Amino acid sequence: MVKSPKKYDIVIIGGGPAGLSAGIYTARARLSSLLIERGAVGGQIINAEWVENYPGFAESISGIDLAEAMHKQATKFGLETLVAEVTGIDIKGGQKAVRTSQGDFTAKAVIIAGGLERHKLGVPGEAEYTGKGVSYCATCDGPFFRDKAVAVVGGGNAAITEAIELTRFAFRVTVIHRRDELRATKILQEKAFAEPKIDILWDSVLEEIAGDTFVDRVRVSNVKTKKKTVLDVSGVFMSVGFRPNTSYLKGIVKLDDIGTIITNEKMETSVPGIFAAGDIRSNSIRQVIAATGDGAVAGIGAEKYITG
Amino acid sequence: MSKPVEIEEAKFNELVLQAETPVLVDFWAPWCGPCRMVAPVVEQLAEEYDGEVSFVEVNVDNNPRIASQYGIMSIPTLMLFKEGKPVDTIIGFRPKEELKKSLDAAL
Repeated sequence: MVKSPKKYDIVIIGGGPAGLSAGIYTARARLSSLLIERGAVGGQIINAEWVENYPGFAESISGIDLAEAMHKQATKFGLETLVAEVTGIDIKGGQKAVRTSQGDFTAKAVIIAGGLERHKLGVPGEAEYTGKGVSYCATCDGPFFRDKAVAVVGGGNAAITEAIELTRFAFRVTVIHRRDELRATKILQEKAFAEPKIDILWDSVLEEIAGDTFVDRVRVSNVKTKKKTVLDVSGVFMSVGFRPNTSYLKGIVKLDDIGTIITNEKMETSVPGIFAAGDIRSNSIRQVIAATGDGAVAGIGAEKYITG
Repeated sequence: MSKPVEIEEAKFNELVLQAETPVLVDFWAPWCGPCRMVAPVVEQLAEEYDGEVSFVEVNVDNNPRIASQYGIMSIPTLMLFKEGKPVDTIIGFRPKEELKKSLDAAL
């Protein structure tokens, strides 16, 4: 006997701020709603020691606390959560079947809010030394680098926030950034420039990570002068290469050339009844506040799609 | 139903190194967001592999000596022990299917 898939009005893929906000709206609309998340809810903000640009929290709030509050709020209204990995979506007429590691689920509308994840940069030594000095989470691994020298690769908000966090542990933090200015917001730049433990290597790219059992140095190349420098560091924190997890959506919804999902201002994708919200959306500004806004728009859109 | 057991250094020898079955050790800490990603997946595995593999959690904050002995510099790290020796190390969040492959290989 073939087990028939469980039916919902709405399936939401991804439990970050976008998916949770969508869930608050669809659950309050009394639509049966299932949120599928492959790990714990929260998305990228669970890596953030503090979130200081989300309105309503004057003293800033930890990413984990913010995520838990959103989840509690959505659950209160009836959103169900399942831990599973989504492997595909089949479209059968108006119904969508979401295939997962924990079985299939059908829905009248699907909201994709899977966000972005950090990918490898692909430099020599990176894979070999992952967990032996190469890290993708400063909040997690910073305490292992007490009184050591570390490098941070990247120049965006995440990179500079992490560099500032790491000054609590490391005695020197070198930011390796390929341009001559940071993309991070001004207030973070000011903090970084004022911090005596932070050095910034401008116009520089990481070429190689080396060491013995653990990382002890990196080779950096200046993109303008071509000059190569070796830095003695015990840790390398990668804060580049955020990419969407949309490979299972190829040929289903329209993606742009970096793999993020193309939507209109109603968060509608190229397929009727499939919406996208948050960082996974093409041209997203990749902020919690934008993700929650997208989630609300997608939730209301999905409700209208179902109820007509 | 089997759940991962939180252990301290004093029990590591008995419950991991001397264990009859393979043991998956989840090195984690309360400050680590991705560790919370891994925990529910490990809980599912603990149910599915009940009796075949045992599952323990080691808080690196409380047990720095074990963490340093096994060279842990990144969490979450899942380390699979068989007959007292680490046979596989998985760093960071990985999908459940990938973890199952590691467990199946050790059985």
